[in-house]
Amino acid sequence: MVGGDVAAAVELSDVVVSYGEKTAVGGVSLSMPRGRVLALLGHNGAGKTSLLQVCEGFRRPDAGSARVLGLDPVGDHDELMPRLGIMLQSGGVYPWAAAGEILRLFASFAANPLDTGMLMDRLGLRKVERTRFRRLSGGEQQRLSLAVALVGRPELVFLDEPTAGMDTEARHTTWQLIEELRADGVSVLLTTHLLDEAERLADDVVIMKSGKIAATGTPASLTAAAGIDLLEVRADPGLDLLTLPFPAKEASPGEYSITGALDTRALADVLGWFAATGAHVTAVSSRRRTLEDVYLSLTSDLVGASQ
Amino acid sequence: MSAGTFSPAPGRAPMRTIIGKQIRMELLLTARRGEAVVLAMGVPLLVLLGAGLFEVTNLPTDDRLGFVVPGVLALTVMSTAFTGQAITTGYERSYGVLKRLGASPLTRPGLLLAKTAAVLVQIVLQVLVLGAVGFAVGWRPHGDQLLPAIAVTVLAAAGYSGLALLLASVLKPETTTGAATLIYVLMLSVGGIMFAAPDLGTAGWFLLPLAAHAEALRDTLLYDTSVPFAIWLSLGTWAVVFLTAAARNFRWE
Repeated sequence: MVGGDVAAAVELSDVVVSYGEKTAVGGVSLSMPRGRVLALLGHNGAGKTSLLQVCEGFRRPDAGSARVLGLDPVGDHDELMPRLGIMLQSGGVYPWAAAGEILRLFASFAANPLDTGMLMDRLGLRKVERTRFRRLSGGEQQRLSLAVALVGRPELVFLDEPTAGMDTEARHTTWQLIEELRADGVSVLLTTHLLDEAERLADDVVIMKSGKIAATGTPASLTAAAGIDLLEVRADPGLDLLTLPFPAKEASPGEYSITGALDTRALADVLGWFAATGAHVTAVSSRRRTLEDVYLSLTSDLVGASQ
Repeated sequence: MSAGTFSPAPGRAPMRTIIGKQIRMELLLTARRGEAVVLAMGVPLLVLLGAGLFEVTNLPTDDRLGFVVPGVLALTVMSTAFTGQAITTGYERSYGVLKRLGASPLTRPGLLLAKTAAVLVQIVLQVLVLGAVGFAVGWRPHGDQLLPAIAVTVLAAAGYSGLALLLASVLKPETTTGAATLIYVLMLSVGGIMFAAPDLGTAGWFLLPLAAHAEALRDTLLYDTSVPFAIWLSLGTWAVVFLTAAARNFRWE
């Protein structure tokens, strides 16, 4: 047996994917342990789907190597596929086939499939069981694709933008399902550009920008590394802020807001400055950066370029 | 829900089950598409009854049905194995269906086998129906050369399938549909179905596989003679060349 249980879910080293002159993925290395949820976060065109294509064996990397469950996604395609659950970004289903027929077809490919009725109930597909795929709404098509990805009881699932086109209710159902997958020991690699999705679901977040990894870590560590970026201090009004070594303003008399990357030392300096002026500080509050702030600051020049 | 609903238990069903289910789906979807059914049965039946029973064209023989029915059978094999399959596969690629199947326990040989088997099942059904209709209106073929007749039909179907899968792999689906329909109409007119094919000698059999196939079916079923070597060579070459090219160029995406 190649790739016993010790192999990582996904192991990429220096993966490069190019389309002609254009480099979609420019040297990405990452290791995804089993049993975790990893979110690839990035704008459209950041290289998320190209990376997923490599993991799914649809593309051989132009340089570098990929191992999935210890196997080569291209060379060991036939051995690997029954162990994976793959949700494509869109389509992938016969337009003339009914939702139930499609799910049962893919169930029949698996040795120990999930009960298709249970899966349809869980994903709210029961009422469209006899509806042909092309008549389903965008959200229903997405949920069917998710059901198809899960029906073979895979060890590792790849979900490309799993909640795209879903309404709020379906999105929450899907999130609960992904949390349940994780609880049951399924490894999940998903791409998203929704920060709340990544923050809620992911054990690990990989932020991609222009085909490279811009940052990686748990949602908590990513936001903690950035520290506090806003401090609000209530003190005597009319202090001269020019000597304070951080950008600051008096929003209203006696209400000061100080911005910047405020680590522990910086916080001590700020409060020390207030002490030095002899001001009476009556309230201090801080706001930590959210994943969204981190994401925007890391990817901002791409935003600038695309506008 | 109790915990463990999704606990991993991956595995592939027996390959025979997988391929069987895939064949069933392919046939079900073909039966559901109206234009596919018309192409598969309507056109051949119309040609069979029209040209077989009425003096609408000049034929090189007095036995109109004896000439037309083998031609219609050859046309049907082409419409199913080539035209229908090229169009279907082209659209399946553009819908992402092939990619989705590629991301499942169905392997590439499994898919190609299922597609081939589905085409063969359709051809058998079509030949049975057309043969029965022909017989009902007076077609009386010879039966001694049935085996070579079946063998050239399988060869022709293999070549058409190869060409269909090749086109669907290298062209856009709209282009595939256009090209496959054009070739169908072209073959219908000059392929020796309702009229004798243009006499291009042996070269014609290599250019017009439909004419070669129809000729072989007439040799066996109408004239009770053996199939000329040049026809075996032509259809064999078509099958080998296009199946190889299709296998080399087949793409899931």
